[in-house]
Amino acid sequence: MRSEIRFLLNGKAQHVSGVAGDVTLLEWLRGQPHLCGTKQGCAEGDCGACTVTMARPDAMGRLEYRPVNSCILFLGMIDGSAIRTVEGLASPDGKLHPVQSAMVDADASQCGFCTPGFVMSLYAAWQNGRGLSANEVDTTLAGNLCRCTGYRPIVDAATALDHGRDGDMAKTDMVKEAAMLAALSSAKDHQDDICLGDEGAQFIAPATSANFAQIYAKEADATIVGGATDVGLWVTKQHRKLGTFIWTGRVAGFDQIETEGNFMRIRPAVTHQQFLHHIADDWPECAELLRRFGALQVRSSGTVCGNIANASPIGDLPPVLMALASKIELTKASKIRTLDLENFFLDYGKQDRQSGEFLSAILVPQGPAPHLRCYKITKRFDQDISAVMLAANLHFDDGVITDVCLAFGGMAGIPKRANHAETKLAGKPLDMAYFKAAAAALRDDFTPLSDMRGSAEYRLLTSQNLLIKYGLELTSSRQMRLAGADLAAGLEGWS
Amino acid sequence: MTSSGIDGDIRQSKHHDSAVKHVSGRAVYVDDMATPANCLTVLIGQSSHAHAKITRMDLSAVAAAPGIVAVMTAADIPGVNDCGPAIHDDPVFAVDEVCYVGQSLFAIAAIDMAAARAAIGLAVIDYDPLLAILSIDAAMQAKSWLASPSEMIKGDTQSALATAPHALRGRVCAGGQEHFYLEGQAALAIPGEDGEIKLFSSTQHPSEIQHKTAEMLGLANHAVTVETRRMGGAFGGKESQGNLPAMTAALAAYLTGHPAKTIYDRDDDFMLTGKRHDCRIDYDVGFDDDGRVLAVEFEQALRCGMSWDLSAGIAARAMCHADNAYDIPHMKITNYCCLTHTQSNTAFRGFGGPQGMLGIERVMDEVAHYLGLDPLEVRRKNFYPDKRAGKFGITPYGQTVEDCVIQPMVDELVRTSDYVARRAAVAAFNAANQYVKRGIALTPVKFGISFNTTFLNQAGSLIHVYNDGSVHLNHGGTEMGQGLYTKVAQIVAHEFQIDIDLVKITATTTGKVPNTSATAASSGTDLNGMAAMQAAQTIKGRIAAFLADEYQTNQAEVVFANGQVHIGADSMAFADAVKRAYLGRVSLSATGFYATPKLSWDKDRMHGRPFYYFAYGAAVSEVIVDLLTGENRLLRADLLHDVGKSINPAIDMGQIEGGFLQGVGWLTTEELVWDAAGRLQTHAPSTYKIPACSDRPIDWRVAFYADGENSEDTIHKSKAVGEPPLMLGISSWLALSDALAGIKGAAYPALDAPATAERLLLTANRLGANFV
Repeated sequence: MRSEIRFLLNGKAQHVSGVAGDVTLLEWLRGQPHLCGTKQGCAEGDCGACTVTMARPDAMGRLEYRPVNSCILFLGMIDGSAIRTVEGLASPDGKLHPVQSAMVDADASQCGFCTPGFVMSLYAAWQNGRGLSANEVDTTLAGNLCRCTGYRPIVDAATALDHGRDGDMAKTDMVKEAAMLAALSSAKDHQDDICLGDEGAQFIAPATSANFAQIYAKEADATIVGGATDVGLWVTKQHRKLGTFIWTGRVAGFDQIETEGNFMRIRPAVTHQQFLHHIADDWPECAELLRRFGALQVRSSGTVCGNIANASPIGDLPPVLMALASKIELTKASKIRTLDLENFFLDYGKQDRQSGEFLSAILVPQGPAPHLRCYKITKRFDQDISAVMLAANLHFDDGVITDVCLAFGGMAGIPKRANHAETKLAGKPLDMAYFKAAAAALRDDFTPLSDMRGSAEYRLLTSQNLLIKYGLELTSSRQMRLAGADLAAGLEGWS
Repeated sequence: MTSSGIDGDIRQSKHHDSAVKHVSGRAVYVDDMATPANCLTVLIGQSSHAHAKITRMDLSAVAAAPGIVAVMTAADIPGVNDCGPAIHDDPVFAVDEVCYVGQSLFAIAAIDMAAARAAIGLAVIDYDPLLAILSIDAAMQAKSWLASPSEMIKGDTQSALATAPHALRGRVCAGGQEHFYLEGQAALAIPGEDGEIKLFSSTQHPSEIQHKTAEMLGLANHAVTVETRRMGGAFGGKESQGNLPAMTAALAAYLTGHPAKTIYDRDDDFMLTGKRHDCRIDYDVGFDDDGRVLAVEFEQALRCGMSWDLSAGIAARAMCHADNAYDIPHMKITNYCCLTHTQSNTAFRGFGGPQGMLGIERVMDEVAHYLGLDPLEVRRKNFYPDKRAGKFGITPYGQTVEDCVIQPMVDELVRTSDYVARRAAVAAFNAANQYVKRGIALTPVKFGISFNTTFLNQAGSLIHVYNDGSVHLNHGGTEMGQGLYTKVAQIVAHEFQIDIDLVKITATTTGKVPNTSATAASSGTDLNGMAAMQAAQTIKGRIAAFLADEYQTNQAEVVFANGQVHIGADSMAFADAVKRAYLGRVSLSATGFYATPKLSWDKDRMHGRPFYYFAYGAAVSEVIVDLLTGENRLLRADLLHDVGKSINPAIDMGQIEGGFLQGVGWLTTEELVWDAAGRLQTHAPSTYKIPACSDRPIDWRVAFYADGENSEDTIHKSKAVGEPPLMLGISSWLALSDALAGIKGAAYPALDAPATAERLLLTANRLGANFV
């Protein structure tokens, strides 16, 4: 068990020990190193003012630069990575990095408080060599809020960068950083478990699945943390003491998406962003939903399993994974149990998970899903939590609908299928009359709540209309969406 | 005289002075400052009731908790327990009674935030709940007002309404708006000798913080110095709301002798501070067949919250903008300042003007719908006469509108935006589509520039020229991102005819320029630019007089140009001229002062000339709405805005674009929700949605009005630009309404704001768009 973490900070090796287990990267940066360029705007991963980049080598030794919200990232989670903050971009002689110059040239800062976060989101895209073209910029910047500029000059700065100018610079910087990172830790360092803090807040990062199982067996009350995009807020927003918490992100193999028979097996530390890349070609519907899931910073840290395990009634992935007939795997020591995802959610705050069990994988059936549609209804298109989420799927054979699944989020205390509505479609032809009947039947399925995201009346009405929309889309083979970059194309053929 | 021979002259698009620091993380905000040893963290204990008697407040467990250095209540305040900007109705710490959920009850000073957070919940507070009035409707019903309603009257609305060919009555409601400056409220207090306090505060109003802190501590104003280098956004939210954090920090420093800082986290900021006033406006309008509006009566009800704060001025400005750009013969505006048990609402970009305008823009839209006319046609019929027309209109408050350019601006915008063809295309699209509708709207802005309250229209500056020719610039205006410091430095560089790099911009401080007004009412450059120019001219005059004397010529022969000082045929570098003046024992330091001329305001009669001039603008927005979900997009926005002769086009452009999108946010996605107990439910960006990057118009075209020039003698003929563009956002809301009006057989949508997807869907449903 190692009680010291090692990482690169703006290209310099750091060895840190003696910190509380629940200290966030942002707190730490603004504390002793006094790197105050990184700002706290919300302490919940919603405004992006605290964005820094975190890079770890992939199997090929290449670094992927992930923009992360340092306000909700526990310090222990950066072990073995290269962290870069806004102070670490300019060259030692003070010459600005191209993303910084572009921001200055475009007059893209006013009050300047959000600016370091924007700079770091752009820097991540720059280093990764993608995300700066005109149709990608909204996605790259969705996790950064600016209250002054109206975004136009920031977008101009981003797109001005997309000319391959100084294109080799990113690569040179990456190779240099990768080499330093390799020199930072020995092979043994990577096999050590890590433990920071004491009983009040103890961060444990096992290195292997065996160690993970062993530690969790001993600490059955411990909280399992994936990307900390939810648990982080327990600390920063609810000011809770976590006690012992175990991080899945360092466990060897936990970040893998594997193939197991006809299933894709998503292991505990797979991030939303990894999942998005993996499924983008097969399930574009699902990819667009994921594009609007949090924002890049959240998707880069948050995990698919975490979004299931926290069992939020408004999580977006449970409905879509239910619509794909996914299963989950729960593990306790060597005992493994598999169940249909939809049976995992029992009631608000209550899941079919026994003490000592953890969500070790999600199993998603592979193969095309041509009738899968996802609808996310929010106040704002990007970086918003759903008022209502519908994932709908069905098979259509010999002129008859089968295997219909209408899975809703935001309509009940748990993610839930609309059984009455499904009945109206099952065995019927693909005809609007039946979708209307299904919409009408939703009243028997749900009695939604009113809250700050939407009234009960709105939730029910929009859910009903989403079934109409689903029917219209399937019967007309047209997409009818306003979200996303290619709106102009999407408008063709609405009537 | 404009010269391009120097870098950073006026009219140049100079980058924001801190741009390089912004992008490299080196711009220092209050919470970034290296704090002295033993600096304490202050946290405010808040009320959990909207309206209640405090029957018991036992803080002994808080005081005994680890790391707590001081617990502060009203009893610990040596002077006056008040942080309100207007009258004494806003206690620093509530005594006996609480009036909103989140109200400050006490504060603790702790060794760090973790200790403070762990202790704050240990307070035992018992309440005896009282009736809480939370909404405008409830306040109006209970006549719960801060004062009796005020009236503004032009002509005789009663008889005009009685004889008008057509009449309509209606109501429009708009929600409030959280400022959501990215940097929360922040202050650092450092105790000095003799009870002195030095405050570093993120505030638009250092002088007020100085005065209120001194009053609280029972000290003379000279004992407190307040410094503000920059804010991470403000938008009116740091005009008076910076008082409480600064004063709690100061009190902790005063009582403990340690430095102390108060930094609101996002949730506390939402819970403690006031927002834009939500409003309910009832209207009664009479008009003729052509759409000429003959008379309007407005009843404006503003939710002020639990105290006055700046609501009197905000109400006056709401009344003064009920006409917007329209010359209406008979108007009566009645304004109710509703007292509710919620956060005390405060200044927010536009300061009541946006609410006032919303009423008349709704009226124009509904009149057009009633008559089956294009709303643009109705607007044009009612505009104030053009300044070249030979006759002037008179506002309901008696000011002659001498500088109106709205007609040529709208003509130009109609042309450049291709409004007519697009209006037809929208109609064709709507006829062909039942699930999705488009809408388009053009709305004007006429916004009065100057503080309504005349005495506030003053500013001071202080300039030193050092003997190497470098310049130290200071003035009473504060920098919140709007680029004021940059513009004023350009004005000074222009005056001395030196490169802007020679002008050192320094933090605003009450120690250098006293008795300043808030940087507000869009007046920053108008006031402080003039004051700085005047100080520079004083020094220039002294140098010129000295050199004229030395060269035995007259002062008019001494000319500052392009870094040089010319004396007849001779010339020398500016620095050399300065050096010679210094050796000649000439004072190279001067203050400047400016008071806006021509102003008068009788607040009892709501009459006078409150505004030096008007700023004009117009916008066309086009939207698309999904009638199945209420989701919508802003497809295109064309903005044309009058900045007069711009001092810095890049900075002015930033104000226009940023203001517009902030206005769009107010009227669309930004929704504040309180529960039945008066608890604000939307207190973080996870639940309160300001526009994100993808919410900007897909096609966005912004232009300055090329013929713009201030008719009045303002600083280099420019116009104020901070607030007016926000109200260009009204076009997006009316475009959404127009889209709903495209539903077959629809009645007038009467869309309220914010027009969230929910409100749009439920309104569409009411109008007959039912698909189930």
